[in-house]
Amino acid sequence: MGKAYKYGENVDTDVIIPARYLNIADPKELSLHAMEDIDKDFAKTVKRGDVIVAGKNFGSGSSREHAPLVLKTVGIKAVIAPTFARIFYRNAFNIGLPILESREASEKIDAGDEIDVNFKTGRIRNKTKKETYQAEPFPEFMSSLIEKGGLVNYVKEKKL
Amino acid sequence: MAIIIRPKAEKSKDEKPVNAEDRQPKLKHSKKPPMTMTQKILAAHAGLDFVKPGQFIEANLDAALANDITGPVAIREFERMGAKRVFDNTKIMLVPDHFTPNKDIKAAEQAKELRDFAKKQGIVNYFEVGVMGIEHALLPEQGLVAAGDVVIGADSHTCTYGALGAFATGIGSTDMAAGMVTGKAWFKVPSAIRFELTGKPGKWVSGKDVILHIIGKIGVDGALYKSMEFTGSGLENLSMDDRFAMANMAIEAGAKNGIFPVDDKTRAYMRAHRSKTAEKHAHTYVADSGAEYENVFEIDLSRIKPTVSFPHLPDNTRTADKAGNVKIDQVVIGSCTNGRLEDMAVAAKILKRRRVADGVRCIIIPATQRVYLDCVQLGYAETFIKAGAVFSTPTCGPCLGGHMGILAAGERAVSTTNRNFVGRMGHTDSEVYLASPAVAAASAVMGKIVDPEKLLARKRLSPGVPFARTTDNGTSQKKQKGVQNGKSI
Repeated sequence: MGKAYKYGENVDTDVIIPARYLNIADPKELSLHAMEDIDKDFAKTVKRGDVIVAGKNFGSGSSREHAPLVLKTVGIKAVIAPTFARIFYRNAFNIGLPILESREASEKIDAGDEIDVNFKTGRIRNKTKKETYQAEPFPEFMSSLIEKGGLVNYVKEKKL
Repeated sequence: MAIIIRPKAEKSKDEKPVNAEDRQPKLKHSKKPPMTMTQKILAAHAGLDFVKPGQFIEANLDAALANDITGPVAIREFERMGAKRVFDNTKIMLVPDHFTPNKDIKAAEQAKELRDFAKKQGIVNYFEVGVMGIEHALLPEQGLVAAGDVVIGADSHTCTYGALGAFATGIGSTDMAAGMVTGKAWFKVPSAIRFELTGKPGKWVSGKDVILHIIGKIGVDGALYKSMEFTGSGLENLSMDDRFAMANMAIEAGAKNGIFPVDDKTRAYMRAHRSKTAEKHAHTYVADSGAEYENVFEIDLSRIKPTVSFPHLPDNTRTADKAGNVKIDQVVIGSCTNGRLEDMAVAAKILKRRRVADGVRCIIIPATQRVYLDCVQLGYAETFIKAGAVFSTPTCGPCLGGHMGILAAGERAVSTTNRNFVGRMGHTDSEVYLASPAVAAASAVMGKIVDPEKLLARKRLSPGVPFARTTDNGTSQKKQKGVQNGKSI
């Protein structure tokens, strides 16, 4: 369970992790700058288990895997949005950052709400507002990627 | 309005593009459902007779690309996968273009990681600084991408190669690593939106204006998860460089890919760019008549005006003539969107015997070494320098706020790049206005955003006047006869 950070529509990868830091290889060092250009306090206040709730087209823009990676590194348990930009979507599954598509949750959750997520059922519980929202079910292939723990394990199992 | 939206494709309409031919073998007794161009390429690369939207497939790759930002991450994942060798050392393309020539020590270390890996793996298509170019201009130029290919790239603008009739899409570093190991990538087969182009664009209207216009109409997620397929008689009026700019920005509408049919211009381009292997292996896929499209947009190119995306989203468009009084501090002409020879040519045409306005920094960056050399040989370089512009060797640099033209708080730039997000080119309080090379060059001269037509009404400097701000002997131009305050345009 964790606290919700709330953002608007079209949160792009340039604000999730600005390109000026892409010369940094270490995910921990990189993650100190997570969300810096949209929320200067995020990296300082975020705790393991917190969730990000945003508007449509989350993660738009560049293909930088650094974006889902920094969110995973700071301990974000899930990103909830009505839709995700497609490269961010596949990167999240590939590296094991859980994301959920739910328009209702995106609209109803406010910043600071206590949120619990069940990834098996796709159920999102808002403990503050005492509400439950249902996320879109994942396609079977995506679920199998999650079960294997991401694309690295998937490739390891399949090919090597 | 130049755009008409129809909710569903009219299936009776002949959807075969002009000048395209179907070289695909017809399957006997085939009852396969009609497919879009993208779906046909994906089916062929997955070894399937047909695919349908939403289906998950694994497709064989003709090329996999990474750069100095995404490559090092991919290399680490490649090692985590326990791999020793890449699946094919001729099909991996590694291009250090983002922070090169190395902008700082950390960037240098990342570039070195890429270089060391390329050496160790015997990567044939590694491009060092000196022969390097911006990846999405370089690969087509080097004949490394052909019609009908499936290409992934750990860079979102990989969709550029759709201009050649290839399926090309951006992916992340872990996908790149998997591609390097297996030669395959997983895809969810996309549905498609069709853009039926007619008419001829006006004098100062380029592919960039067309794609900005389209993004302005459908929004930054208007094609989310989908293919953008460009068709219609208007294609014959769009050059390859126009098409590259359009396919390049498909991602800015959220698309998985943008794709053009293969016509005489495509074939001529592949021949001219020594694409021996490319042309030999090129397959021309044509969308089936009756293929399903979620939407069809009809666009009359003759009605599109020079277009500018205002901050901070590419879909925040206005025509340049309605930009208002937007004063600027910087102009960038270059990038994977607009750093090709035609882009340089139009900038030179506008800047010839003109001068960049006082207080404006104009940075011109050809996308590849070849374009750079062409600029030198055709006299464009001299024109740019005399106009008071900076003329640099290839780099993605300023586009993503890396180096070579970062903006301070409160500064505004007109840029021929592809994104104008908050902080994209520097400080979070700076602003980027996306435009074509023609609008950017004209704006550089006027010191504010203008339609090129407006500038051309004004006279050029006479041939006898020294144009550079500083003459050969170091005398300030302001002391020269006939030039006052550097403003005699």
